[in-house]
Amino acid sequence: MGAVMGTFSSLQTKQRRTSKDKIEDELEMTMVCHRPEGLEQLEAQTNFTKRELQVLYRGFKNECPSGVVNEETFKQIYAQFFPHGDATTYAHYLFHAFDTTQTGSVKFEDFVTALSILLRGTVHEKLRWTFNLYDINKDGYINKEEMMDIVKAIYDMMGKYTYPVLKEDTPRQHVDVFFQKMDKNKDGIVTLDEFLESCQEDDNIMRSLQLFQNVM
Amino acid sequence: MAAGVATWLPFARAAAVGWLPLAQQPLPPAPGVKASRGDEVLVVNVSGRRFETWKNTLDRYPDTLLGSSEKEFFYDADSGEYFFDRDPDMFRHVLNFYRTGRLHCPRQECIQAFDEELAFYGLVPELVGDCCLEEYRDRKKENAERLAEDEEAEQAAEGPALRAGSSLRQRLWRAFENPHTSTAALVFYYVTGFFIAVSVIANVVETIPCRSLARRPPGEQPCGDRFPTAFFCMDTACVLIFTGEYLLRLFAAPSRCRFLRSVMSLIDVVAILPYYIGLFVPKNEDVSGAFVTLRVFRVFRIFKFSRHSQGLRILGYTLKSCASELGFLLFSLTMAIIIFATVMFYAEKGTKKTNFTSIPAAFWYTIVTMTTLGYGDMVPSTIAGKIFGSICSLSGVLVIALPVPVIVSNFSRIYHQNQRADKRRAQQKVRLARIRLAKSGTTNAFLQYKQNRGLEDSGSGEDQALCVRNRSAFEKQHHHLLHCLEKTTCHEFTDELTFNEALGAVSLGGRTSRSTSVSSQPVGPGNLLSSCCPRRAKRRALRLANSTASVSRASMQELDTLRRSPVPQSRSSLNAKLHDNLDLNCDSRDFVAAIISIPTPPANTPDESRPSSPGGGGGASSTLRNSSLGTPCLLPETVKISSL
Repeated sequence: MGAVMGTFSSLQTKQRRTSKDKIEDELEMTMVCHRPEGLEQLEAQTNFTKRELQVLYRGFKNECPSGVVNEETFKQIYAQFFPHGDATTYAHYLFHAFDTTQTGSVKFEDFVTALSILLRGTVHEKLRWTFNLYDINKDGYINKEEMMDIVKAIYDMMGKYTYPVLKEDTPRQHVDVFFQKMDKNKDGIVTLDEFLESCQEDDNIMRSLQLFQNVM
Repeated sequence: MAAGVATWLPFARAAAVGWLPLAQQPLPPAPGVKASRGDEVLVVNVSGRRFETWKNTLDRYPDTLLGSSEKEFFYDADSGEYFFDRDPDMFRHVLNFYRTGRLHCPRQECIQAFDEELAFYGLVPELVGDCCLEEYRDRKKENAERLAEDEEAEQAAEGPALRAGSSLRQRLWRAFENPHTSTAALVFYYVTGFFIAVSVIANVVETIPCRSLARRPPGEQPCGDRFPTAFFCMDTACVLIFTGEYLLRLFAAPSRCRFLRSVMSLIDVVAILPYYIGLFVPKNEDVSGAFVTLRVFRVFRIFKFSRHSQGLRILGYTLKSCASELGFLLFSLTMAIIIFATVMFYAEKGTKKTNFTSIPAAFWYTIVTMTTLGYGDMVPSTIAGKIFGSICSLSGVLVIALPVPVIVSNFSRIYHQNQRADKRRAQQKVRLARIRLAKSGTTNAFLQYKQNRGLEDSGSGEDQALCVRNRSAFEKQHHHLLHCLEKTTCHEFTDELTFNEALGAVSLGGRTSRSTSVSSQPVGPGNLLSSCCPRRAKRRALRLANSTASVSRASMQELDTLRRSPVPQSRSSLNAKLHDNLDLNCDSRDFVAAIISIPTPPANTPDESRPSSPGGGGGASSTLRNSSLGTPCLLPETVKISSL
């Protein structure tokens, strides 16, 4: 009987100890809070109006109350748009394209800056942003391996059930076609200028860049 | 789609810029979404209490009443607000779900009322947040079972109706299972109970020493040897009764295999077998040892009492369900016993004339010490032995005390909730199934959109306007995004069914194979359109929903253990009422495709369609049978009807 009482009391004290630890943990978490710069500043820096910024911020804050998005949340959010396949790899590259300062978290300013370029920027800016996305190691050149990774990530988003059935070397073929078009001097890498030039020559690409004009 | 994702759609679409240089085909044009008037504040008036929220907040969950166009039904143009004649206190929780993405369960409200509110606003109970989920489920289960018990009690009070023409076998089985049904059964019940008791007592008394008058004056004989015939007669009588009972039960059992495998029948067999074996085995010295062992099994007759006692059954069930705790107890005890026995053996090794002759011999000491029995037949004499012996007894107390409270609490829990563990497991399966359905709902929305698009291309513009797509702006943009991805990779999304078909050998009777595979797969991923995607109430989805109603209802019933009516289906019926007149025109087109690819279901289901649109359903199906003959079937290859 005494043993039973002993075990009960030991269980209780353990609970009290864990609750104290939890409070400390919570304090830690709330420290990591980020507030964006003022509305006017953001309006000046981006091509959005005040209302649009307000709407964007409300959505952002709801998903990430702490004010920053980390890679995990980013991947989860993006994956919800592509329920068929696996969007995590592409989301990873996107995250690194958004996170210009390479801090591992995307603040609202980064988010809005990138959106401003993509939705309201000039053709030149959009193409430059895309080049930056493809250039995984940010060395200023796109080589075939980087392109393979990106294309593979995009095909992953399609998922398993596609028509026609996805073959093993489809990504590779796609990359070859891309390089044929983009790599002007056939040296195996694509520089920013080659990229810009080739894209501006292609009507399809030019036309589709206007697609996402009125997304907001 | 889940929390707040609608607000991230612009970001996802912007990110699609990354696909542009890779696209080998031209991307589709963006949907012409009418310019939103920016974000506005909506006023929702619930029984007088006004709640104000952003429109975007409500748009986060387009599958629900407030997030879809269904709320327009409640719009009061005079006051400019949405009026709901419902409980305002409950509405607070519903609205908070939109705001925070988590649905909390109010502690002080009746769980039934909460459920009804959820059903009204189109929220699935699976959305209840993890913080409140456990409690919600427990309360719901308690409620459901209380209702079930009341029903059972009512039924039992009325008395089970004797179906006219029930065979002797069925009546016998019912008499065995419920002794209170008839007097004969009750008598039989008590008689068997009495004989079990007699048999057990006889077994016990058999071994009591009786003073024998003759033969061995100094010694005593056990009664069994003194009055062998009397005991033999009693044993025979009991065994005859038990055998008769067993054979009768075997005869009456509805499923003999199951009965043979059940625990009670095994106990019966074990109880009577030793007697028969004893009859046939001759009484010679070699075998009598084994024979004596067999007689031990007669004590198992006492377990036959568990038919007569509910408590005994619960105890057995508890022990079975606490198997893991008991196992842990046994395992930890074994470990400790081995450790301490070894230690004691080596500690006492040097002593002369010690009891600790081997480690197994020391096991006995360890067990006796750890359970604090302390017989004293084996005692350590060295100092080291005594020290370790005391450590052994202290740790024994601890090791045994640890799992015991768990077992005790388990027993009390089970005692109060008879066999609710099975229902709990079934609910878990249901929950997972529902979540899977909700997920597949979004994938199928896009496939549906593609089919509609395929029909659109072949149809004329005006019909298109009639078949008003109830898709929200969010959906249009999301589908456009997926479409862009398809064009970039030059591959299209399909579902599992068509993918497997494309993989495997393609039979030329493609249609028939499709239809058979469709009909044989009642619960496919696209099936429960009607239940989980009520918002996409395209006319055709409604028709398909009708046709899947019969199929999905079966599966819904499977899932619907909590007896909630499949309310989401009524959502599409609401919209059906509005557009019933416009149905026929676009149905003919939609149905051509549906009929062609699924020949059988529409034929089966009109009678099962809901009362809200029987006319529309019947009329449409007749027109389409005519039209299907005339219209050329142009099913573009890519459009595969997969939603059934």
